[in-house]
Amino acid sequence: MLAQLSSPKFLRAALPAASFTVLLAAIFYVQPRAMSYFGMNLMLQYTVPIALATIAQMFIITVNDLDLSIGAFVGLTACIGATLLADTPLLGTLALAACVAAYAGLGALIHWRNLPSIVVTLGMSFVWLGIAVLILPTPGGTAPGWVKALMGLKVPYVPFPIIAAIVIGLVVHVALMRSSYGAVLRGVGGNPKAVGRAGWSLLKAKMTMYAAAGFFGVLSGLSLIGLTSAADAHIADRYTLYAIAGVILGGGEFTGGRVSPVGAVIGALTLALTGSFLTFLRISPDWQIGAQGGILIIVLALRALINRREA
Amino acid sequence: MTFVTQLSQKAWIWSFVGMFMVWLATAVYTGGKGSADVISAALSFATFTVIVGIGQMFVITTGPGNVDLSIPSTISLSGAVAMKIMDGSNGMLVVGFAISMACGLAVGLFNYTLIRVLRIPPIIATLSSSFLILSTAIAYGRGLKIKPPPLLAEFTTAQILGVPVLAIVIIMFAAVMSIVLHRTFYGRAVLAIGQNARAAWLAGINVERIRFMTYVLSALLAALCGFFLSGFSGGASLNMGQEYLLASIAVVVIGGTSVAGGKSNVPGIWGAAMFMFLLVTMLNTFGASAGIRLIMTGLIIVAVITIAGGEEA
Repeated sequence: MLAQLSSPKFLRAALPAASFTVLLAAIFYVQPRAMSYFGMNLMLQYTVPIALATIAQMFIITVNDLDLSIGAFVGLTACIGATLLADTPLLGTLALAACVAAYAGLGALIHWRNLPSIVVTLGMSFVWLGIAVLILPTPGGTAPGWVKALMGLKVPYVPFPIIAAIVIGLVVHVALMRSSYGAVLRGVGGNPKAVGRAGWSLLKAKMTMYAAAGFFGVLSGLSLIGLTSAADAHIADRYTLYAIAGVILGGGEFTGGRVSPVGAVIGALTLALTGSFLTFLRISPDWQIGAQGGILIIVLALRALINRREA
Repeated sequence: MTFVTQLSQKAWIWSFVGMFMVWLATAVYTGGKGSADVISAALSFATFTVIVGIGQMFVITTGPGNVDLSIPSTISLSGAVAMKIMDGSNGMLVVGFAISMACGLAVGLFNYTLIRVLRIPPIIATLSSSFLILSTAIAYGRGLKIKPPPLLAEFTTAQILGVPVLAIVIIMFAAVMSIVLHRTFYGRAVLAIGQNARAAWLAGINVERIRFMTYVLSALLAALCGFFLSGFSGGASLNMGQEYLLASIAVVVIGGTSVAGGKSNVPGIWGAAMFMFLLVTMLNTFGASAGIRLIMTGLIIVAVITIAGGEEA
């Protein structure tokens, strides 16, 4: 039993949850009043959009790519949600569908020309931002009523963000980790040649993953305006970094298709909590991103230690 | 004829062709008015992109997965620290410069330590460190409104016959770096590692030492850019590095350096940096809105990388 508990495999899997628990315990110790329905709701409210963006990034990382445009993309979908979707729902839905299709197209382009995803997505981040600025030159717009209603949902006993996080984690877990096509998709990250030889279309796999990332990016944008009720082209600029950090905190490996949807959601929760933790410690918000970087480095260091024991 | 064919085979020539075409389009549109001033302005602004572009190029040359994402935050940190130390006095210029370089050195060391000790991909390492660097810059430079020393401001904005002095200095620096890349042991080792790290190691190259030097070089150049940029723009601001994340990578790619590593050139960085600035100028003259300008910039980068293609499958 003890040997099992101290095996590198178990430690690696437990690391995301452990870091989240440590952080949560620290918050409760510093500020016991946070340990309430209201307190948890407040601390975790931005978890939902961050978790959705993290899942989007995770799909891209699964196929060994990296998306540096997810923040700008979430910003664009937020702008579409607060303008087109609210005013003319049909047109808004079409525009959001076009966004997802554009992501699938990017996946196809990257696969077809064997392009470095970093450069392509970095370029695309300007395109998303440009379109968002055209749609909404100044901050404003209003979120559709049903989005606000959904995000403002009051569930008895358990705060809504926690329920939403569990649902997101489980749905993606079942789709990616338990389905047979999910295994193929992860295989594309592990050994593309083998997957290709086995007769699966690599192009289709990449397009599927990029489309899924686009879809979750749309969900992230919509859930974000559900909380803020207005949008701005720059509303989600930080999400690019959050999303990468969330995947890594959640135990995702950078290559080889080794990812964990549940871990990614826990990673997003951890990131959302860091901000509150620093506020409770009365540390200036200047250090917020620094602390997130610090936590990232600590978790990576712990993982390096565990991996070394395995070797 | 052979000269033209030879030239057309150089990867860097295309960035200059693009630059010339964009400039010509602008000149035709305005009827040639102010076309010389545009070149002068382009030289001024491209200089800063070239400084960080050269560092980024060496990093990218060492192979796939090697990108320095901490350049923007290093620019901000170096600028903020230098401005605060010098406090507008000419006498502190040398001290300020030395401390600015020390910032760069510290960032480079830190980045490499993360890559080596934690064995994490350079992208994640430089990304994590950029969080910390930016936070340091924000905390240190809060409410910073210090003018640069007059001498620094003069030097970075001086012109000889309409040609910015700093641009001349950086053109010479680029020439030196081109020699470093193609003629010195270090440069050839960087290229060799980018082509095949294992082969380079078997050939007796100390791969880790070369990688270490490359990340330090990139951070030092980012710090240098921050130092000059804050002199040029009349003080440091915390988001002044922001635009250089895309710019530093874009000029390397548009300049004809292979993203797969092992195949690079320096002149293309100048051509690409001029091209990027002139492109925005052209769109401005045509009366394009901010949104259109962003979209065009992004699409051109994606188009260039699509045409250039990625690593051989």
